[in-house]
Amino acid sequence: MSSIDLTWVIGGPQGGGVETAANIFAGACAGCGLKIFGKREYYSNIKGEHSYFGVRVSDSTIRSNVSGITMLVAFDAETIFRHAEDVFDDGAIVYESDLSQVKADEVQTLDLQFKGRLVKYLDSKNKPATIQGALDAAKERGVTLYPVSFKAILSNLADETGNPKLRGMFRMQNVLAVSVSLGLLGLAPDTLLSSVANIFAKKKEIAEMNKHAANYAYNFAAAKFQKFKHQLSPIPKEPNTILVQGFQSTGLAKIACGCRFQSYYPITPASDESVFLESNETFDIENERPGSTMVVQTEDEISAIGMVIGAALTGTRSATSTSGPGFSLMAEMLGWAGINEVPIVVTLYQRSGPSTGLPTRHGQDDLQFAIHAGHGDFPRIVYASGDTEEGFYDTAKCFNFAENFQIPVIHMMDKFIASTVSTVPRFDVKKITIERGKLLQKIDSEGYTRFAPSPDGMSPRSKLGLENGIFWNTGDESDEHGHISEDPVNRVYKMDKRAKKLEVALQTISKEDQAVKYEGSETCIVSWGSTKGPILDAIEMLKKENKKVGFVQIKLLHPFPADYIKSLLKDVNTIINIEANHSAQLGSLLNEYLDRKVDYHILKYTGRPMTCNEIYESVKKVLDDKAEKKEVLTYGV
Amino acid sequence: MVSNLSDYKTEVHNDWCPGCGDFGIVNAIQMALAEMEIPRHKAAIFSGVGCSGKTSHFINTYGVHTLHGRVLTFAQGAKLANPGMTVVAAGGDGDGLGIGAGHFVAAGRRNVDMTYIIFNNAVYGLTKGQASPTLKLGLKTKSLPEPNVNQSVNPIALAIASGFTFVARGYAYDVRQLKDLIVAAVKHRGLAFLDVLQPCPTYNDINTRDWFAGMDNIDEITKKPLPRIYKLEDTGYDPVVHIDSTMEENEKLTQALIKSNEWDAKIPTGIFYKNELIAPYDQRISDRIPNYLENPPASQEISNNGKPITNISKILDSLEV
Repeated sequence: MSSIDLTWVIGGPQGGGVETAANIFAGACAGCGLKIFGKREYYSNIKGEHSYFGVRVSDSTIRSNVSGITMLVAFDAETIFRHAEDVFDDGAIVYESDLSQVKADEVQTLDLQFKGRLVKYLDSKNKPATIQGALDAAKERGVTLYPVSFKAILSNLADETGNPKLRGMFRMQNVLAVSVSLGLLGLAPDTLLSSVANIFAKKKEIAEMNKHAANYAYNFAAAKFQKFKHQLSPIPKEPNTILVQGFQSTGLAKIACGCRFQSYYPITPASDESVFLESNETFDIENERPGSTMVVQTEDEISAIGMVIGAALTGTRSATSTSGPGFSLMAEMLGWAGINEVPIVVTLYQRSGPSTGLPTRHGQDDLQFAIHAGHGDFPRIVYASGDTEEGFYDTAKCFNFAENFQIPVIHMMDKFIASTVSTVPRFDVKKITIERGKLLQKIDSEGYTRFAPSPDGMSPRSKLGLENGIFWNTGDESDEHGHISEDPVNRVYKMDKRAKKLEVALQTISKEDQAVKYEGSETCIVSWGSTKGPILDAIEMLKKENKKVGFVQIKLLHPFPADYIKSLLKDVNTIINIEANHSAQLGSLLNEYLDRKVDYHILKYTGRPMTCNEIYESVKKVLDDKAEKKEVLTYGV
Repeated sequence: MVSNLSDYKTEVHNDWCPGCGDFGIVNAIQMALAEMEIPRHKAAIFSGVGCSGKTSHFINTYGVHTLHGRVLTFAQGAKLANPGMTVVAAGGDGDGLGIGAGHFVAAGRRNVDMTYIIFNNAVYGLTKGQASPTLKLGLKTKSLPEPNVNQSVNPIALAIASGFTFVARGYAYDVRQLKDLIVAAVKHRGLAFLDVLQPCPTYNDINTRDWFAGMDNIDEITKKPLPRIYKLEDTGYDPVVHIDSTMEENEKLTQALIKSNEWDAKIPTGIFYKNELIAPYDQRISDRIPNYLENPPASQEISNNGKPITNISKILDSLEV
């Protein structure tokens, strides 16, 4: 049992600095060697709606969020209304003491559906629908309350420093809240101060002001309140640890593995990656001139993928990054890349659909769409990463697949990974290989044809600008040169040639890149993508009760490695499919390919990621033979 | 290297209708490439979908026949990744001003150094003659069941409003002038747009070769036809923005817009507007990435014996806890 494992949640209106606060908190804890797993939840809104950031801190490996909150920090009423019920009985609420008289009806951003549930809950506890009611209900369960007047602290600080402006700097409450929290949690203030300095590194004066405020609030809390029963303490730092956000993993890999062209159209949650690439558009190259990535913001996603294809034709490693609605627009282009055998990578950060769906929320809704997008039969690879660390190494693999097989590759990521902040081992560029397939750098004589017959389906690939390498491309069916051909014999040749690649891909992509098996057991979870973390954490929890469950994570989803998956599951009696969508999309694939049926589906489609507790509970139900065929998870605000 | 016109021709069978204006345009492109002596492997012709989409197959350079309406997206991506290429995009008026109109406008804003030629015949030929975005309101071409109910778009005016920095019009049956315009367009530093009036002998029975030649408009005194087509350069028209001033720019933009509205009795061809004082996209990028043009994406080394050579340690250092 780990001695430290707590979840700290801060909430507030969008645009109010919640993210900054959480980053400071995470930085301070990570600076003490502690492991971090944090996630951001927010509305499709710029300012005013409720957003919150949960940071799980532990002294041992963590890969997911838990259900419940150890310490909730609120300086607005909505945060208390929305989350107080979720605080553990032995948890705490740190809140702005001014708020106690606020009624639920006065909070405009509380939607009617939620308000209805809130009033019902408080009513069942004989409490009024006010902050005081919500706090009393929590207190009766054992929750410790820490009322703090953040406004008074600001005012004291203003007097003390002779800076009256401070009184109105409400964003500074975020730093105060973190500092009060850490004071209560007993973590020495040095890493807090360096984390503050780090976050405000580009604004020196603001950094100094915030450091001063942090120090003041930390001491205030330590002096005023008794220590909270859950305490944080430093542990030996593991060297080479980074605190990284999910979207940075694919971005960093793109830089490292030589993607030099990325075009995109703004969309949540994918565009953070493109903005990251543009912010780091130049870099050093060993023994070479400095390198650069051209990042182009296009007029729509059709243009984004069109530019990617154009750039890829010049021999440049090229990619786009998008989410479901954008990927829908790319479908026709995907077929063009398929018929012309152009290596491109589409990083698909899924969110909840259909249509605009839940624009800022998580989902794994697009697996079947990625496999089938575009009209006509053409080969593509669909590959899914399970977490931030895999996001880095898999991105590099996706480019290798694209170039080795001269094929479009769809790299499945999602909102859960994109907005997760976690401590992971520093990415090791040395573990990446760069395979460019049959890309030609030189052609000595005339007579080249782009689609010359080749036993493995891949012909030597020229690029725009290469002497003696002229070719033609067309969205029509074409002959060896790439000129239009409607000849039936040629049609069969070209269709078979392209389809062949998928056979070769299955033969040559290594087994460990196709799927990963974590322990075996008669009962085995099968899943894909970001469910990996909560599943592994749930398995650990079950293990502590001597309950054994296996897990197979499928990474290569198309072409589907049916024989390999069958071999991994050959000793399994009960298959539990887990994924974050409504129709069990991987479940359908398993049913199609495995010669047997999935026994249980554990699904979630609230738009919120699964917690390890949810999976633990539902798998336990399966083991106890108490589960429905389809278990639907619902935790989360 | 001396270039022969025949070097730029492929042996692909050309299946355009007899008398189609497209022949003149493809000839003019080949002549322009030969005149500029552009090595075949340094040129890429991108085309859209429709009759004009086949253009790239008839020219013996890199040829990329793309999707309906999307030609500019592919062409810009290739040019930005490999700015050493001479890139010419070609497509129909339905392709560029109907389904692809969004890309047309966005391309103008970027001003990538390349050329875009629209084969403008006012009909969708390959799908049997429906009205295209440039067909005038109320006209009923051969295969329309009813007269056209939409206003036509003015390609020259739209190009100017979108930010194209070279805007010209040619006529498919005046191949010599068209060749000269293509040479000027390719040499222009920035995005050049060329609207080519291209009679469709099969489906557009209104804007025919005879109509452009004024065969229906006989001078009462000389008894000769009064051609509709005339050349701006013959009228002393100066399309060039010479100095970087708002007044100069407004004057040149305004005169071009006024000229673009001439139709029916008199139809101007030649260069309407040319402004090289606006930075092309590559220059804007070079301001941020100083070695972009000498070491563009397509030229960059990314690996050594299968291992990456890009150093990302600075970014990783900043993420260290």
